[in-house]
Amino acid sequence: MALTTQRVDVPVIVDESKCLKKCIACIEVCPLDVLAKNPETGKAYMKYDECWFCLPCEKECPTNAITVQIPFLLR
Amino acid sequence: MDTQYLKTDFLVVGGGTAGTMAGIKAKQASPESDVLILEKANIRRSGAIAMGMDGVNTAVIPGNSTPEQYTREITIANDGILNQKAVYETGRLGFELIQELESWGVKFQKDHEGNYDLKQVHRVGKYVLPMPEGKDLKKILARQVRRHKVRVTNRVMATRVIVQEGRVVGVTGLDVRSGDFVVIQAKAVVLSTGACGRLGLPASGYLYGTYENPTNAGDGYSMAYHAGAELNNIECFQINPLIKDYNGPACAYVASPFGAYTANAEGNRFISCDYWSGQMMLEMWKELNSGKGPVHLKMYHLDDDTISEIETILWANERPSRGRFHEGRGENYRTHGVEMNISEIGLCSGHSASGVWVNERAETTVPGLYAAGDMASVPHNYMIGAFVYGRIAAENAMTYVQGLEHIEPDANFLTAEKNRIYQPLNNPNGVPHTQMEYKLRRMVNDYLQPPKSPHKMDIGLSKFVAYEETLNLMGAKDPHELMRCMEVHFIRDCAEMAARASLYRKESRWGLYHYRLDYPEKNSEEWFCHVNIKKTADGEMTLFKRPVQPYIVDVNLEQEVYDVAVR
Repeated sequence: MALTTQRVDVPVIVDESKCLKKCIACIEVCPLDVLAKNPETGKAYMKYDECWFCLPCEKECPTNAITVQIPFLLR
Repeated sequence: MDTQYLKTDFLVVGGGTAGTMAGIKAKQASPESDVLILEKANIRRSGAIAMGMDGVNTAVIPGNSTPEQYTREITIANDGILNQKAVYETGRLGFELIQELESWGVKFQKDHEGNYDLKQVHRVGKYVLPMPEGKDLKKILARQVRRHKVRVTNRVMATRVIVQEGRVVGVTGLDVRSGDFVVIQAKAVVLSTGACGRLGLPASGYLYGTYENPTNAGDGYSMAYHAGAELNNIECFQINPLIKDYNGPACAYVASPFGAYTANAEGNRFISCDYWSGQMMLEMWKELNSGKGPVHLKMYHLDDDTISEIETILWANERPSRGRFHEGRGENYRTHGVEMNISEIGLCSGHSASGVWVNERAETTVPGLYAAGDMASVPHNYMIGAFVYGRIAAENAMTYVQGLEHIEPDANFLTAEKNRIYQPLNNPNGVPHTQMEYKLRRMVNDYLQPPKSPHKMDIGLSKFVAYEETLNLMGAKDPHELMRCMEVHFIRDCAEMAARASLYRKESRWGLYHYRLDYPEKNSEEWFCHVNIKKTADGEMTLFKRPVQPYIVDVNLEQEVYDVAVR
């Protein structure tokens, strides 16, 4: 099957200048397990567009690096 | 990818509201026993109350109401089809749990004299107890789980219950990070995996823009079915009146005690009670299909301080992103009604009445298998009901396991299940789970969304049955995608059960939840009974009537008709 890379507007935005390399707080609390670390930069990012916009990632981030937007389709 | 083997006395599948309480209560009942919570996310923030809860909806507090009054209220709201003994337990044991939660630091609203500040949202009694500071409920529960020395395995999703020699012997699972196959031996298991919140497709088209936490994909409904347990009144769908597009509660339970109400586009009331019932949803559906829609939660007539207080509660608890949703649209409770819509369908006994059959001891029909919370068939049970049934399941299970030995799971069963789980990995360029799920749930909307048409449901059923083979086309590239693929299997099982149960009950009942166009009237002569589903020994889905157990609280259903229409 042919696969394509499709761009999507993702709800979880990470400010990389604030994200701590050794911290995994947001990744641990996400109910949908959609966040991961970029192996090259050590910064968190939204790996899967499966968000309940529930906010634990944003609330538990120690440096306020995360902003959760309402997914575009609902906005 | 390896196979992990775990062993415990009592396994809790799903560490949400019911599950964390089940773990705690099991250790309180039997501190020397080993208790393990299996959670596909992380118990710190998982399940329906990941971001807490803004109130208790079924609080029976002495001096305000009695378990008898509560049982009567739910009997009428649920059109008489229920096991009263099971509902009664929620009324009888809820207060003790509220007090225990309080001793752990959970705050409930009290009046100036220190009494619980109960609100009326139900038709007759006061059962709603606000908890404006309820946002960290789950963190508090997780702390108690640790204190009680309950073991926790996060990020493992259960896939099947293992039944041998006529009883439960364990569960299989998938580690959603490493991809390991996990085998857990247990003497007793409680399923507390929440609702099937990903059954219908939200009108927004966003797969995870659901009312329920979308991790709750009907896992427990499907696993109980394959274990041979009975499921109950699956045709009584969960359909909620929600903020349009956002798909979360507006939320009249919080705002109506302050003076807010549901209104049509002309600003007039059309329902006399905001409590979520099928009858209320039918009035909502009628209004939306009249010339007086759309409908909205009206607060703009309230004073500024009151609205600010409502905002503080709604934007901090349960679904705190509500505030930024309104802000993004430039809408304000002071000037705009909150436009509401009828949700897609789901299965959830916490709100309606579709669940895995349990009695008042939280026992399913499979020995050693218990169910609690949104997925267990105790109608309108909400959060306190989940806590109560987590406790009941745990206490009965800890008695049941005494003297029992573990049974070695059958190697052939484990191999077959391992192959089933990993199949999409062998086909990495197969159809992605997202497309597979979208199409399935779009068909759920097309064929099952009430009002229910028999011919449409027939078509839907044949499509859901055929989809079992279509699922073999799914491909996955990593353990995370594999988890989602397994969830699509759960959703398909629930869709087939929803179609079959809806076709089986040839009457209308529970307002919009089971409104059949070909049988628009209630027919209690033939259908004052439960409709149960189970898997036969040869793998067929069979349906049958189960009599309603004798009432323990007298209710005259001829006189007590649940009607909330404003005429």
